[in-house]
Order: sequence, then C-alpha cells, then structure tokens
Amino acid sequence: MVNGLRCYLLLAGMWVRATMAYRTSFVSMTLAQFAITSLEFAAILIMFSHVPALGGFTLAEIAFLYGLSGACLGLADLLMGNTERLGERIRRGSLDTMLIRPMPTLVQIAADEFALRRIGRIAQSGCVLGWAIAALEVTWTWDRLVLLPITITSGAAIFCAVLVLGAAFQFVAQDAAEVTNAFTYGGDRLTQYPLTIYPPELIRAVTFLVPLGFINWYPALHMLDRTDPLGLPAAVRFASPLVAALLCAVAGLAWRAGIRRYRSTGS
Amino acid sequence: MVLYGAVVVRSFRRYATYRIATLAGVFTNTVFGFLICFVYIALWSQRSGLGGYDIRDAITYAWVAQSLLMTVAVFGGGFQDEFAERVRRGDIAVDLYRPVNLQLWWLAGDLGRAAYHLLARGIPPTVIGAIVFDLRLPGVAGWAVFLVSVTLAVVVSFAVRYLVALTAFWLVDSRGVDYLVGVCATFLSGMLMPLVLFPGWLGELARALPWAATVQVPIDVFLGKDDVLRLLVFQAGWAVVLLLAGQVVTGLATRKLVVQGG
Repeated sequence: MVNGLRCYLLLAGMWVRATMAYRTSFVSMTLAQFAITSLEFAAILIMFSHVPALGGFTLAEIAFLYGLSGACLGLADLLMGNTERLGERIRRGSLDTMLIRPMPTLVQIAADEFALRRIGRIAQSGCVLGWAIAALEVTWTWDRLVLLPITITSGAAIFCAVLVLGAAFQFVAQDAAEVTNAFTYGGDRLTQYPLTIYPPELIRAVTFLVPLGFINWYPALHMLDRTDPLGLPAAVRFASPLVAALLCAVAGLAWRAGIRRYRSTGS
Repeated sequence: MVLYGAVVVRSFRRYATYRIATLAGVFTNTVFGFLICFVYIALWSQRSGLGGYDIRDAITYAWVAQSLLMTVAVFGGGFQDEFAERVRRGDIAVDLYRPVNLQLWWLAGDLGRAAYHLLARGIPPTVIGAIVFDLRLPGVAGWAVFLVSVTLAVVVSFAVRYLVALTAFWLVDSRGVDYLVGVCATFLSGMLMPLVLFPGWLGELARALPWAATVQVPIDVFLGKDDVLRLLVFQAGWAVVLLLAGQVVTGLATRKLVVQGG
C-alpha cells in the first residue's frame, strides 16, 4: 500500500513536470475544462430562470449537490481517470510492458500520463460548492461540518471504485470503455439533481444496486436537513464511508480477477 | 460521384467493425436518455408549455437528442482528429494528390460514419424511449422529412468541423480551437438543454447560429414544430454557406502548404 502510494506519487510527479514544460498549453486546457463543466451549471441556471424549485429543492440546494458530486468526480477523474484507457493498452500491447515492471499495475495505469489539467473540473465544482454553502440557509453545526470533507472523500472513493470496475470489465470486453461513462458522467449527472425528481425504483437502484446515491445524496440530506423520500433510517446518511470501502473492496477483487484472466495476445 | 459513393460505403463499414463499442455506446446513450428525461419531466410538470413544448414534446426531445448525439458528432472526433493529425504529419500531401475535391472526399467519409451512427446508435435509444414513455412520433411523411433534416444536420456539423480541422494548417496543434468549438457545439446545439429554453438575446443568438441546425432544428422537424420548410431552408442555408467557406479556406491552406522532400 505504502509502496503503491510512493510509486503513484513518483509517476504523477514526473508527468506533472512534463506537463509544465508546456505551460501555456496546460493553462489553456485547464481553463477549457473549467469552461466545459461550467456549461452544465449554466444549463441548471437556465432552468431556474423558469421555475423557483426543482423536485422541491432550491437553486442553492441543487448547487450544493452539484458541487459535491462534481468535486468527487473531478478528484476521482484526476486520480484514476486514466484507467479508462485499459482496453486501448491491451490492444496496443503496452499493458504487457507494465506487467513486467516492479510496480503495482493498477498504480502504473492510473498514474501514466497523469493529467493535471483535470483540476479544471475540481476548481469549477469547488466554486459552485463555495457559492452554495454561502447561499444556503443552513446552520453549520459541527456534525454537518465534519460530514462535508468525509462526503467528498468517500464520494471520490466511490467514483474511483466505479472507474476501476469499468477498467476490470475491459479485460472481458476491450472496446466497452464507454460503459464506464454511463456510471461516471452518468452518475455525476444523476446526483447533480435531487433524487426526488426520479421514480422510486431508480432511487432504490442507486441505493442498493449501484450505490451512487451515497456519493452526495444521503449525506446531503443530513446537511440540508431534508426528509428521505424512501424513509430509510437516519444511519444511512452517515454510511457513505462504509459503502465506499465496500465498493473499493469489490473493485479491487474485480481488478485482480481481470489481471489473472489476462493472457496477452501472444506473438 | 461513384467514387464518393464508394468512400461513403467504406467509411460505413469501417465504423461498423466495432460492435462491442457500439453496444457500450448505446447503453450509455440510453442511461443518459433516462436521466435527462426525468429532469425535463420535473421541469415541464411545473411549467407545461414552456418554450412552446408540452411534457410529451420534452420527453421526446430528450430521447431524439441522445439518438442524434453521435450521428451529428456533437463532441467532435471522427474525421476531425484524423485530418488534423494528417496535416501535422504531412500525410495530407497524399490526400492532395488525389484527383478529388478535398472537402467532398472527407464529407463522403463523414456521411458514411453518420449513416452507421444513425442506424446503430440512433435507432436503439429512441426505440427504448418509445417503449417506456409515450413519445410524439411523426407520421410516414414526417419520418421522410426528418431524414432529410438529419442529413442536412450532418452536413452542417461536418462543415463546421472541417473548418476547425483546417486551422491545423496554420496552428499545427488545432486542439485549442477544437476544445473551444466543442464547448459551443455542446451548449449551442441544444444537446445540453433545448434552445427554446434559452432566455432573451441568448436564445435568439443560439437559435440563429449553425449549431442550432445540428440538434435543435432536426428535433423540431421530428416534433412537427414551426414551419418545416422554413426549418429545412435554415439548415440548407448554413450548409451552403459553410461548405463554400470550407472551399475558400481549403484554397488558402493549400496555397500556404509547402511539402518537403521528393
């Protein structure tokens, strides 16, 4: 674990230095990413120019959900986003090179071509989150304050686990990288809005089946002092770290199974 | 003409090779179809008639937009990256040898791609949407007009992306312009949100720009909104203007190009 972390920092640091060789390019790409993710929020603003609330939630509350979800996805994308390209690596044979190096394979895949420009999304979500916190009429008691960083950490861990699961799936279906998008970008889009706008079956599915609801929705219910449309016990609102740990364990197992199953192409 | 036809067919086959990728893409389009659909339902159930759409129009919009996403290449990709790469490497010199019009050659390739994406990535989401929800589907004549509108949408989308790709002749790395135009295409096409919701001058502007012709206008044709003839003329107008611009810029680019070596 410690060794893996050291390797990750070493590789990521190298790529950051490489990125900084083309500083203008880095700055413009980061700003572009900031702009692109801002558009999604602009769409929400346009909707709120027509209605005062969506699914019973105000603009500030939705901005809070949006900021949390975006920050989690941004962090996960920065740390593990490159695992998405596993299928391409298998096709080109560059995975084989990684397998013979004395470093955890998953670490190499995640840190190779580490893209610092992805902080653009994190920064944009951070801005929206900051504005939302200022605009919300919430009394920030200590339990809510503590829950905020815990939520971002566990939410990012959930997205990381989803990315690794998607990569593991590519051992079976090499060209299926886009399936992961349905859960990462799709998960982000899903959790940007209050789950009250979705039918109860879907809320149950993202609670018990693919636990995307734990990224921001359940903890936010506590922070925003809202009632749960499913009426689940209050403990669920604090369960995100546990869910994240479980999902990471599942993703780890899936990754192992994938690597074991991998038989290169031969030549 | 036969030659361009052959390019269309081969480009179609080239994209048809990746079946698993297609399946994965359909899955993702469908997931997004559902998600966006519920957001629209939440919005239009409060304000029916918003932007001239009722709730049924809005749901239909969500699904048809997902069907058009790949067909009109809202996020770019496809020939665009390949073209820019060929300019960067100098392979474009080979393309210029060919006794064909450069723009039409690449247009033929993009039409083949679009035809495949319309069949494989376009039909499934709308069919799934129509099974689950009560969509507003056109009649037989409506489908025919929609097909014409989608073809024009692909041509407009191609012409914009071709102009972007041509910047590679001057900039070498055209990714910056690519990104910028990608932002415009996502927001101003109506992919993120129907342009009918855009307020005031922003709405007027968005509905007049060429990107409107790629998603918003074909869906309006699908829904039978507005005067169909007016919508088609709007698309055809942009297609002609942009293709002519492409022709002029191609001329400038090739005059500037110096091919090294022997």
